[in-house]
Amino acid sequence: MSLDLVLLAVLMGAVTYPSRAVPLLAPGMGRLPPVVLLYLRLVGPAVLMAVAAVNVLVTVGPGGEPSLHIGIEAPAVVAAIIVVAWRRNLFLGLMVAVLTTAIARGAGLA
Amino acid sequence: MSVFVFAGAAQFAAVGYVTQGLGWPSIVLLTAFLNARHLLYGAALAPWVVGRPRSLRALMAYVLTDEAFALGLRHFRTVGRLDLVGYWIAAFAVVWIPWNLSTLAGVLIGGAVPDPTRLGLDVVFPAAMAGMAVGLATGRREVTAAIAGAGIAVGAALAAGPPAGIVAGGLLGPLAGLALPGRERDEAAEEAAVQQGDEDHLIGGAP
Repeated sequence: MSLDLVLLAVLMGAVTYPSRAVPLLAPGMGRLPPVVLLYLRLVGPAVLMAVAAVNVLVTVGPGGEPSLHIGIEAPAVVAAIIVVAWRRNLFLGLMVAVLTTAIARGAGLA
Repeated sequence: MSVFVFAGAAQFAAVGYVTQGLGWPSIVLLTAFLNARHLLYGAALAPWVVGRPRSLRALMAYVLTDEAFALGLRHFRTVGRLDLVGYWIAAFAVVWIPWNLSTLAGVLIGGAVPDPTRLGLDVVFPAAMAGMAVGLATGRREVTAAIAGAGIAVGAALAAGPPAGIVAGGLLGPLAGLALPGRERDEAAEEAAVQQGDEDHLIGGAP
C-alpha cells in the first residue's frame, strides 16, 4: 500500500469519525422526548436491514449506475434471518447463508 | 485503512472506487455519505451514555460500528443499563481486533485464498447485518421498521445510489414502525424511564 493510499485512509477516517462521535458527545441527549427515544429504538433494525438489503439487491455498474440484482444472495440472507429468528444463533445463521450460497454456486444454480 | 476508517462497507467500497480510478474527493465524500448511518447509531446509543466522561464517549465513538452497535445496544437492553465491559467486548474483542488481524492476514496471505465468492463468503456481511437486525427486533414496531427500512433503502439506492439508500432506509424505516398503534408504547416509556429517570441506575450502579 502506497503512502498516498495511507493518506486517503486518514481522510476517510477523518470524515467517518464525526458521524460516530457527534451524537455521543452532543449535549442534551439525555432528555429526549419519549417519541424520539422510541424512534431511535427502531433505528437499529431499520439501518441494519437497509445495509443488508442494499448489499444483496443493488449492484453498481462500472459507470456508477445502480441496478437491481436478483441472485442467490437474497434467498441465502432470508434463510439466515429465519434461522437466527428460530434458533437465536447468529453464527448458525451465517453458516446456513454461506452453505446455501456455496452449494447453489457449486451446482451451477447461481 | 482498517485502523483509521474501521468501517467495513466503506472500506470495501473504497477499494472498488480506487481500482476504478475515482478521484479522492469523490471517494472521501462517498465515504462520509455511506458512513452517515453512524449518526443514527450514535443517536440511538446516546441516551445510554449520558453523564459519562467525554473522553470515554469519544473512545466509544471510535469503535462504533454496525456490529458494535447491534451487540452493544442489545446487551444494554438486556441488562437494563450501560455496561461498558460488555461494550468493549463487543467493540474491541469481537470486532476491532479480529477485523484488523483479518486485514493483516489478507494482506499477507490473501493471494493464496481461492475466490471467496465461490465459497459463499460474500454473503457473510449482509447475512450478519440481517441477523443482527433480527436480534434487535423485539416487537412489531422493530420488525415493521426493519422491513420498511429494507424496502425504502433498495428503492432509494436504485434511484440515487447505495449510500443514499442506506441513509434513507435508516431514517424513514423507523417512521413506519412509529405509525403502528401503540401496544408497545408502555415498553418504550419504560425504557425511556430507565435511560432518563434513574440516572444512578444508568450511570453504572448495580442492576
